[in-house]
Amino acid sequence: MTRLTPGFANPVLDAQASFRAILEAMSRPGRIQTIDARITPPTPLCSAAGAALLSLADADTPLWLDAGDTVGEWLRFHCGAPITPDIGAARFVVACGAAPSLDSLDIGTDEDPQLGTTLILQVTGLVAGEGWRLTGPGIQHQHRLRVLGAPAGFVAAWAHNQALFPRGVDVLLCADESIAALPRSVMIAEG
Amino acid sequence: MTEAGYNFAYLDETTKRMIRRAILKAVAIPGHQIPFGAREMPLPYGWGTGGIQVTASILGPQDVLKVIDQGADDTTNAVSIRRFFTRVAGIATTEATGEATIIQTRHRIPEKPLTENQILVYQVPQPEPLFKLEPRRAETRRLHALADYGLMHVRLYEDIARLGHIAKAYDYPVMVNERYLMSPSPIPAFDNPKMHQMAALQLFGAGREKRIYAVPPYTPVRSLDFEDHPFRPIRAPHACAICGSTTSYLDELVTDDAGGRAFICSDTDYCQERQQAPKAAAE
Repeated sequence: MTRLTPGFANPVLDAQASFRAILEAMSRPGRIQTIDARITPPTPLCSAAGAALLSLADADTPLWLDAGDTVGEWLRFHCGAPITPDIGAARFVVACGAAPSLDSLDIGTDEDPQLGTTLILQVTGLVAGEGWRLTGPGIQHQHRLRVLGAPAGFVAAWAHNQALFPRGVDVLLCADESIAALPRSVMIAEG
Repeated sequence: MTEAGYNFAYLDETTKRMIRRAILKAVAIPGHQIPFGAREMPLPYGWGTGGIQVTASILGPQDVLKVIDQGADDTTNAVSIRRFFTRVAGIATTEATGEATIIQTRHRIPEKPLTENQILVYQVPQPEPLFKLEPRRAETRRLHALADYGLMHVRLYEDIARLGHIAKAYDYPVMVNERYLMSPSPIPAFDNPKMHQMAALQLFGAGREKRIYAVPPYTPVRSLDFEDHPFRPIRAPHACAICGSTTSYLDELVTDDAGGRAFICSDTDYCQERQQAPKAAAE
């Protein structure tokens, strides 16, 4: 029998702190935030991705994940979120291994673009000040972000996603305790 | 001291999560109104229930909260909302714009420029800028989807044709990131330029209408106008009777029965700071 690791030590304040880090990441795309959630989700889920899910997912948000049954059980127990095998029906898509194609995700409709999925993409590392050049709302001049272990062809796929605006997918990039966001409004150019 | 028997910041965690998800999507789609399940709050609609729910969902124990009502920190609405959060969240409050991390506002933007470490939460009575032109919500949703804002341009044009200028002194419609037409809430048109490229995140909550929307930091916000009738922010042509400011937004006060009038700053914190500044310099 596997032992379930705990979720947030303080569900109210830890969820608030995690959310504020995510909100800051989302409002200033490409800036790296740290979520100090003091949790150890089952492998392969990193702590930033775990904290994001604990603070945002619940019974209203079907999840799709490729992280295995242990992670699925952990999320079902702590968030009460249903796990769906249909990637197009998921509100949060968690990708720890090979990233799913952005085309396979729900992008919402023109009238309800907010139904677009949030993709939680686990990567090897995030480095500020080099790499991609990001522009768009939330960015005064330009933010730079290097994503170690980014999926091949991501920038081209993103350009397609960005062109769908206001429809589209939003991405949270997570590595260990670091998190950075790519809202659908942001433009990425190779550095 | 925090009131016993309430969750931190009053709302239950499921509600906060729902509002937090709506806020994140609102930031990702600047100016788009996101429907959310607004809860009944312990004060009536029209008193800032939308703003309070947004504030309650983002607020943490480290935050310092400032609440203004028409620029003033000491009016009933501002005082009662500040007291509400002191009681249910035990957080620190302030009247100084520079010290606050979250500023909840009804119908004004503070005169002092906001910083990257601040969040401005607006209380919104009517989030739909097209509401007076097209009452059917299904239709306005479609107009937003198509970015078809001809109705509003005609409305502004009719003002010019009849009156020679655009007769909208508050709740003046803006384009956010050149995509969504947005109601800035009933702030004076004077404040509209402050929204453009603001360093702080701006969140809007409408409780009765159950909508949340946002303007991320450093986002272009343009007041609608015409090439030959450019947007003009309106300000009473006077100096503040207390601090002498010639650049701040002024309130008109009737001082007697004989038609006496005085103009004073609407932003009380800004006015007080200016009154104290010469004294500090003299000492």
